Amino acid sequence: MSMIDTLLDNKGTPLEKQTFTWRELASRPISKLDDDAFTRVRVILMNGVESDALRLKHFGARFNKVLQLPLAQIRRVEHHQMTAINWLLSSDHSPLETTVAYEQTAIEITAAVAQNEPDPYQAQTYRFGLLEDFDHLYRYAAMLDRLEGKDANNILQGYTDIIPGRPTSEHHRAPEDDLRDSYEKDNAALITKIHAALITGAEYQTHDYYMNIGPLFADPVARALYAEIASVEEQHVTQYGSLQDPSESFMEKWLVHEAMEVYTYASCAEQEDNPRIKALWERFVDYELGHLNLACELFKQHERRDPAEVLGGQLPKMIQFKSQRDFVRETLFREIDLRAHGVDYVPKDKEGRASLDYRSRLNGEGVPANVVSAGYTWKPGTELNPAGEQR
Amino acid sequence: MSERQVKIGMNLTGTQMAPDATQEQLEATRLFPADIPGDMRSYTDARQQAIGTADRVGSVPPPGSVKGMLKTAVDKVTGSNPEVLIDKLGERLAFERTGVRLYEAMIAKATSAIGATPAMVATLREIQAQELEHMNLVREAIETLGGDPTTMTPCADVAAVKAQGVLQVLTDPRTTLSQSMSAILTIELEDNAAWELLIELAKKAGHPLIAEGFKHAFEQEELHLSTVRELIRQDLLGQVS
Repeated sequence: MSMIDTLLDNKGTPLEKQTFTWRELASRPISKLDDDAFTRVRVILMNGVESDALRLKHFGARFNKVLQLPLAQIRRVEHHQMTAINWLLSSDHSPLETTVAYEQTAIEITAAVAQNEPDPYQAQTYRFGLLEDFDHLYRYAAMLDRLEGKDANNILQGYTDIIPGRPTSEHHRAPEDDLRDSYEKDNAALITKIHAALITGAEYQTHDYYMNIGPLFADPVARALYAEIASVEEQHVTQYGSLQDPSESFMEKWLVHEAMEVYTYASCAEQEDNPRIKALWERFVDYELGHLNLACELFKQHERRDPAEVLGGQLPKMIQFKSQRDFVRETLFREIDLRAHGVDYVPKDKEGRASLDYRSRLNGEGVPANVVSAGYTWKPGTELNPAGEQR
Repeated sequence: MSERQVKIGMNLTGTQMAPDATQEQLEATRLFPADIPGDMRSYTDARQQAIGTADRVGSVPPPGSVKGMLKTAVDKVTGSNPEVLIDKLGERLAFERTGVRLYEAMIAKATSAIGATPAMVATLREIQAQELEHMNLVREAIETLGGDPTTMTPCADVAAVKAQGVLQVLTDPRTTLSQSMSAILTIELEDNAAWELLIELAKKAGHPLIAEGFKHAFEQEELHLSTVRELIRQDLLGQVS
């Protein structure tokens, strides 16, 4: 039995029963101090997934009059799912602490995806992006220490290393070096399609988050660093977005997105240890099954095709929400000097002129990521802790 | 005596909760040391450079309302830089106005928190009423000088930025009475010093009547500070007795 048959066996919660109250939407947040970092990772990830669900459906609606109502109906629920999830972040997270959590999410999820991805080129792309988000974490951790006097590890809880990756100053590439080859929809595994939708959505929300909070900072270095890294996140959205087959119809992409949402919520529900949050993930698995079933019905009705053409094939194990330290470190050793030239990954000395020129201009008056992290070595309790190294 | 407001639990933020992972993290810093030479000075240099080219947050408008001009004859703005006093009066007005709202949040906490008493709530209400009086006192002073009390002056703007953290603490339903009172203490400490300075500034600027009118407010603020300190002391010591 294929994955899609298994999924569709369960009809989930009917759309009309997917309701909320304001109290449910703005319920009690998680604890920054006591909840596991991976609970927050899941919260951030699923907020990004729902944000992208809305985005995709809004664009779809602009091209499809006949689908506008069902899309609006599903979007309304997804908006409320997103609210219920995003409001779980407690107000004692400073925007910069939340940023550190966003980068931890990017690192740990992209690393998990890279190892689960059967297509070697797509997996290489995830590893490539991974080393850049990994570097962003280091730069932001330095800023959290030097701006707010806080230890990034209070957020990371030991799961993620705080060291330089591929230097942020070298992430800035010309657009032609950010586009990638896409999977071929008729040959790609379902999980390949799901991964591309998932990571694109996650990066998109990171971009949007940095664009929203960057101007909230008074500190000129912080404002500059957010401007710099937001630009890289836009590149990442370009990169990951281009992994998807552009010949897929809107409805095909919609089906993939709904399947991705089911898979990702199911992964969250499987591994969540906060019972209240676990119940929320389980509830939303059922909601997403309802969305997927509805999307499949509409697909049959409008494209007169079997959804299994899009969603055929088995899914591997769930996303592993755990420290990917060993994989990240190994990738760092092997691939820190990889660069992109067109759709290819090349050694550092083979970068194209377009990206070198582009970077040279942007970095012409200094590099915020370098300013913030000059000589920075993470220590438990911040770099001001003289005992840090002896621990 | 007060009940304990903090508890032992599974706080996961410290390295002692994950000693093996910490060793791995420290090993990573040895394998991949800082890639950019230098230290915090580059950060400070960048700040200094930005300060050198920055605009100010805004300006103080010239006094000149009809109502104000009439009163100016009684106590007109004098001194070499009258905008300094107007700016600080605008700050005090905004601070006291926000103070009324902060105490409202504090009272919500006090009426529902473990360890609060009706006497404490009554005290907080009394302080809140006085903050409102002080707000009106400053408003009248600004009008007397021909200023516009509805203006957000630069110091008023900056004072509001300062108060954001206090507001976040007081309005968070998860914060305890002790934590909230500590946030209020921050406000009262500043308020106390600010009124004292404002009286001196008004005198120096040639407005003895305004300075005189502020004295009572300052005395009340001194009382606020000692009251809040005592409430905090009783609450904290009560938790460990």
